[in-house]
Amino acid sequence: MSHFDSETAARARELVALYPERRSALIPLCHLAQEQDGWLRPEAMEEIASIVGVTPAEVRGTATFYDMLRTQPVGRYLVSVCTNIACLLGGAEELLEHAEHTLGVRAGGTTSDGTITLEDAECLADCDRTPCVAVNHRYVGGLTPDAFDQLVADLRAGRRDGEIPPHGTLGRVRRNGGLRVPVEQVARERAAAAEARAAREQAAREQAARAQAAEGPGAAKSQGAGA
Amino acid sequence: MPVTDAPRIVTARLVYDDSYTLERYLATGGYEGLRKALSMTPEAVSAEVDTASLLGRGGAGFPAGRKWSMLRKDPVTYLVVNGDESEPATFKDHLLMERDPHQLVEGVLIAAYALQVTEAFIYIRGEFALGLDRVTQALNEAYDYGAAGSDIFGSGFSVDVVVHPGAGAYICGEETALLESLEGKRGFPRIKPPFFPAAIGLYGQPTVVNNVETMSNLPWIVLHGGKEFAGLGEGRSAGTRLFALSGHVRRPGTYEVEMVKTTFRDLVYAPVYGGGVPGDRDVKAIIPGGVSAPWFGPERLDLPLGQDEVGNAGSMLGSGAITVMDSSTCVVRAAWRITKFFARESCGQCTPCREGSGWLERVLRRIEQGEGREDDVDLLLDVSDNISPGLQWPPQQTTICVLGPSIPSSIHSAIDMFRDELLQHVKEGRCPFD
Repeated sequence: MSHFDSETAARARELVALYPERRSALIPLCHLAQEQDGWLRPEAMEEIASIVGVTPAEVRGTATFYDMLRTQPVGRYLVSVCTNIACLLGGAEELLEHAEHTLGVRAGGTTSDGTITLEDAECLADCDRTPCVAVNHRYVGGLTPDAFDQLVADLRAGRRDGEIPPHGTLGRVRRNGGLRVPVEQVARERAAAAEARAAREQAAREQAARAQAAEGPGAAKSQGAGA
Repeated sequence: MPVTDAPRIVTARLVYDDSYTLERYLATGGYEGLRKALSMTPEAVSAEVDTASLLGRGGAGFPAGRKWSMLRKDPVTYLVVNGDESEPATFKDHLLMERDPHQLVEGVLIAAYALQVTEAFIYIRGEFALGLDRVTQALNEAYDYGAAGSDIFGSGFSVDVVVHPGAGAYICGEETALLESLEGKRGFPRIKPPFFPAAIGLYGQPTVVNNVETMSNLPWIVLHGGKEFAGLGEGRSAGTRLFALSGHVRRPGTYEVEMVKTTFRDLVYAPVYGGGVPGDRDVKAIIPGGVSAPWFGPERLDLPLGQDEVGNAGSMLGSGAITVMDSSTCVVRAAWRITKFFARESCGQCTPCREGSGWLERVLRRIEQGEGREDDVDLLLDVSDNISPGLQWPPQQTTICVLGPSIPSSIHSAIDMFRDELLQHVKEGRCPFD
């Protein structure tokens, strides 16, 4: 029984087909699973493992390296307040403190109604509008404490739902097709490359052997240590 | 008026609200560079980029042409574009991806042709939801327009381009970590040698990794010629460059300026750029090239924005992120926050970086919180010296990648320039700026 619904499963197949090796699809598939479930469920990691041909532990081990992949549930809205250097100079610590007070949770926590998860974020790269805030990775501008409270009210009332999809949905534009370069052409070119490389390496080996023979073993050894 | 009359190369289209659409792109010369490139030999396209003396715009400033020439003897390689912009206070690549994605796509296609690759990847920082959408949309349109995919513009050249999202890890901006990530693994940098991407890159194949801004320059370079590009700027620092200006300035933003001909002071004070410091306060220090760069004091404001000029003065232009700190800034807090960032983002492979970043963060925090000890300044220098022996510039490396040796930059700068301020924190048992 597949954990992915039929549409997600179809998109998963399209993603895998874009890469020379299946494992490359691992992170895009984790994003896809988060789009379906809001976070990265263990069942999803098992399914991804079987799709890309690794163990579920390898999927978990990879996913936990990345901040955006959430192996624990998060709120419908992930509110990220950047506190890195440019935002620090723009009053980010004060805004984060205010946000913690307004939401009644510490950074990293989720409100009791499960709506909002607050995050003390690293640089979000929107440093001309400080302190920078993003909701589900959509920039909402540099915010004053009052504007932050308004944002929270709007989120809770669903007034920003058009521009801000629920947590887990990353890009909304889909690729409009698979790879177009004929696979035979790619295979032909890769084979030619491998052959050329092998020939070059063989030539290098022969040259090294000739050099060693000419200079004697002692000279070649000291050269090797320096290289 | 800008400080020099250099043309805008990568930001010319941003005056239009619909700068990201195919219609606007085509109406403003879009894909003409690619058409011209396809009428040339791949070697001739590479030669133009060589002539342009285009230094990589990601952070290391390696000449793009030379990077490519390392690969030329290999018939098939991968092209990977680094759009994982995450160096704190750098916000230029996401602008290019969101506001002029076709320019990026065209640059990638030109590079793919010059390198004769059949598959290219654009790795985009996962947090850039809008950037991912815009580049994917532009790519879809490029395929439909016949500019990407099979037999591009009837030239016989074919290449597929794949947009790949990251998932939140600063270290994936390091090119070998990026390749690991693209292979579906944790973003652990690879040891070099032997894992230089040009030799052993994606899936073990020779790979070129170039930054988004570097790629975005290519359509202009091919259309106008490398010589025209090299005529801007001075010496090794050719062309224009994007600088992301943040912190204590009236008009923070991303500005495209001519290299070397423009100074830090121009960027901070010129009305068309930063417009000066709010409240007319004095500049206390500037971070000239992302948080990995050693700081400059106000006496360096007249230094030109050139790679060698800044390098010779003991720092770097790095990612092009310039952060201004005015006289109201507590340097302990600034250095602490930067160090906290490195402690969070260290991948954990190498002991000096993994352990050292955490120790430094805790020592700086206790100084800022008024619990510093008398010998803490020496302790900070000692731990820093263990991460990067000698604390020199460019830094010595004890780790697999350059994240580790970047950690001491801000701390060493703060101590060098403002030792008394650190000692005041310790002596008074509080932050004098609170």
